[in-house]
Amino acid sequence: MTPATSLDGSARIAEAFARAKTEDRAALIVYLTACYPDAALSKACFEAAVDAGADILEVGIPFSDPMMDGPVIQAANQHVLEAGTTVTDQLEMIASLRHLEVPTLAMTYVTIADTRGYARFADELAEAGLAGVILPDLPISEAEGWLTEATRRGLATVFLASSVSTDERLEAIGRRSSGWVYATGLMGVTGVKSVSAALTRPLVERVRTHTDLPVAVGIGVRDRASAAEVARYADGVIVGSSIVRAAGEGDPSGAPDRVAALVRELRAGVAER
Amino acid sequence: MSTTSLSGSPELETAREGYFGRFGGQYVPEALSGALTQLVGAWHDAQADPAFEAELDDLRRNYGGRPTPLYLASRLSEEAGVEVWLKREDLAHTGSHKLNNVVGQALLTRRMGKPRVIAETGAGQHGVATATAAALFGLECVVYMGAEDCRRQRLNVVRMQLLGATVVPVESGTRTLKDAINEAMRDWVTNVDSTHYLIGSAMGPHPFPTIVRELQKIISIESTEQFAAQAGGIPDAVIACVGGGSNAIGSFAEWIEVPEVRIIGIEAAGEGVGSGRSAATISEGREAVLHGSRSIALVDDDGQVLPAHSVSAGLDYPGVGPEHAWLASTGRGTYLSATDEDALHGFRRTSELEGIIPALEPAHAVGWLLRHGKAELGDGARVVLTMSGRGDKDVDEVVEVAGWDVGVAKAFGAASPGVQDGHGEATVEPGGAAGTELQP
Ligand SMILES: Cc1ncc(COP(=O)(O)O)c(C=O)c1O
Repeated sequence: MTPATSLDGSARIAEAFARAKTEDRAALIVYLTACYPDAALSKACFEAAVDAGADILEVGIPFSDPMMDGPVIQAANQHVLEAGTTVTDQLEMIASLRHLEVPTLAMTYVTIADTRGYARFADELAEAGLAGVILPDLPISEAEGWLTEATRRGLATVFLASSVSTDERLEAIGRRSSGWVYATGLMGVTGVKSVSAALTRPLVERVRTHTDLPVAVGIGVRDRASAAEVARYADGVIVGSSIVRAAGEGDPSGAPDRVAALVRELRAGVAER
Repeated sequence: MSTTSLSGSPELETAREGYFGRFGGQYVPEALSGALTQLVGAWHDAQADPAFEAELDDLRRNYGGRPTPLYLASRLSEEAGVEVWLKREDLAHTGSHKLNNVVGQALLTRRMGKPRVIAETGAGQHGVATATAAALFGLECVVYMGAEDCRRQRLNVVRMQLLGATVVPVESGTRTLKDAINEAMRDWVTNVDSTHYLIGSAMGPHPFPTIVRELQKIISIESTEQFAAQAGGIPDAVIACVGGGSNAIGSFAEWIEVPEVRIIGIEAAGEGVGSGRSAATISEGREAVLHGSRSIALVDDDGQVLPAHSVSAGLDYPGVGPEHAWLASTGRGTYLSATDEDALHGFRRTSELEGIIPALEPAHAVGWLLRHGKAELGDGARVVLTMSGRGDKDVDEVVEVAGWDVGVAKAFGAASPGVQDGHGEATVEPGGAAGTELQP
């Protein structure tokens, strides 16, 4: 298969952040679980998110034991797995998004990547047109094997930084990340607490002293107001649980419209700063 | 039953900290990096501090009831055809080996200045031990327990509550031990500044597998000395049941360097290896990352974790600690399994022949020994078997699952069909033999 574009994943992500910057706003990064509520509606939700202004997409490949996720994303994962959907099915749906203009990253757990084998997983992600990957339970200290394969296939790897990370670790996170650095100032799993500037802003500033990559903030951003607040100090705003919740509540056929409505709100938020 | 055969050649233990050969590591979110570093530091400091060892020793003896006896089970030996020495962890305070680990980690919690502990529990024994230490040290305590396990180990839920702990029934996933661990991890990620996750087995991210082994090693430190004094010499084999692997690694630790002693771990095979309803991780699983370390786990081709099954809540777990994966891959350890039915047989015969009602977990080791010990180890072999806990928590479940009429029906005034003679083989049929109104 041919790659989605001739640019590697990091360059495509860099372009997306640059475009937002020229419009004097933060980039909006939207997470949805793959094949949720089903494959066709999932594709329609991602398309709707892009039409409504998402700059970058994160597509969650479900895992049976999602340690970093709160109830909303857990339930979406469980729903997709109970429908009998395999990773191959999810990659097929993801490949159908390659016509979208925005860079797309897979978000999943290391067990999925490792069981498939890092080499095969990297091949499959690249062939599906993905720009990169986020593995929240793969810290830099265990990442060597994965990074070799990701680099071979031109995939960006976004590492998480936490307010408890030491400066030494932040330096390594900044050095080993590509695409952006994902700052989680809030302690906790997805979709439970609300982001707090008091914890997050100092983290973003610390990360910036170690890298020139964009810094995006996720976990705890849920609506226009919180997106606007984060956009004041971060290059990107990542929203997951509230979008998955919008997709999941109510009549399944209305999921793309509900996602679009929320993404429009968030997009207005990231431009408000 | 088979030992594992992993693809690729087993590596020798590498110099890399936190690894046992290729197994182990720290596969955790960045948010936990600080807590793990702090724990490594606290552990190193504690080991260098004679006051830590002195306090641990005092608590073990005067609070925990150590040393536990090594007991020659003559009637069980006669039935098994091998000489069975039981290491009596069932006689330790709280009724299992779990307190060995908990007391040590509670001391570490205090050294780290954290006011709150959380724990996962399957059978409830680790939860009870943690609640006990929390009461003793004045710590806040929250225990995560699968909703299904809360049902089948109700006695331990009540004990934890009496000890002042909050028990949170976990409704997600399979509603058993693995889901309780996920929930405890989520709590830890959220409250890591104030909270120590007091992991109950030799699993999880480094340094837990090492800390838990070192704290459980007291089992084999004592048994080495006791065996030499009481039986003379060294045993032919050391046997323990393996859930996450804490009583087993503690039972094996001192013998690993003694090649004449066979090391045998018994996993729970539920309805049988290959039945799809088993928890025999090493026998049936493959290399995978689960709950913070690279080890062996029951996962499908996609890496999705498969539901485990065992009559014993404490062994009903699709993972195993990384050091056991390593011992299996190097061939130093032999990992075999016992079915639900074997375990119920072991449970009943230990009760009837020795006057010891065992927990269902070590009953797997006894059941294996009764059925396969002589053939595997030779007539008259001398064996140390870790009786990791007592069976009070299991009596309701055993009566229900096995359908034994032990007189409960009569005591409650109902007609009691088919009274059994109470001797010989347990008559157990999967799905439940008819016989008492305790059947669902
Ligand atoms: C009595 C007893 N033995 C064994 C186990 C299994 O745990 P591990 O393999 O860590 O010893 C448990 C766990 O609950 C237990 O209660």
